[in-house]
Amino acid sequence: MKIVAICGAGIGSSGILKINAERVLGRLGIEADVTAAHLTSLESDAANAQVILTSPEFVDAIGKTNADIVIVENYFDTAELTRKLEAALG
Amino acid sequence: MSLPTLPADAVILGSEVANWRDAVRLAGTALSRAGIAKPEYAGEMIRMIEEHGPYVVIAPGLALAHARPGPEVLADGIAIVTLSTPVNFGHPYNDPVSVVLALAVASGDAHIALVAELANIFNDSSAVEELAAATSVDEVRRIMGAVQ
Repeated sequence: MKIVAICGAGIGSSGILKINAERVLGRLGIEADVTAAHLTSLESDAANAQVILTSPEFVDAIGKTNADIVIVENYFDTAELTRKLEAALG
Repeated sequence: MSLPTLPADAVILGSEVANWRDAVRLAGTALSRAGIAKPEYAGEMIRMIEEHGPYVVIAPGLALAHARPGPEVLADGIAIVTLSTPVNFGHPYNDPVSVVLALAVASGDAHIALVAELANIFNDSSAVEELAAATSVDEVRRIMGAVQ
């Protein structure tokens, strides 16, 4: 299972998404490789990703993908992340 | 683990700013006077938001201003700016912003421990409100779990 967290810089916000996604997935007992990436590295990083985690601003820029795009509103709300990851992976 | 340090120079409390650009610029001032980034880093942080939109407002009331690692970054670190009157960044869910947390990291790999610590602090949803209400650097350090 591959999950990619996308932001504009590939540091900071996508790093926080990566950390919290790993915590949530650990609690759910799901093994996954979570990568933090920025838009320009997206094509290589997201090649086999099942899920892309990101902000609403980046959905258009991500464009066509086979991955499920999960839009996160509050990066620090692990309940929101849990709900949305469960829905995407369930 | 806790945040490495939070020098007094990296904290600006209760500022009155006209708009999000001034708020981010002020966070850049805090980073540069604390020796974490060069003054030009402020412009880089603003450019990221102009280019990609207000995605840096990652939680209600909190903007995580940052740019990519580059020659403007002198050391890994953070700065905190709180606003006496919150400003809008144009985010669909999380406006208005009362706390700007500016992040500078020298390399992508090195920053994961730092953001993990930020997640420990801000996964507690009261942290933003507590920071916004803080009136001293010591109080900010207590909330952030940081030393000096």
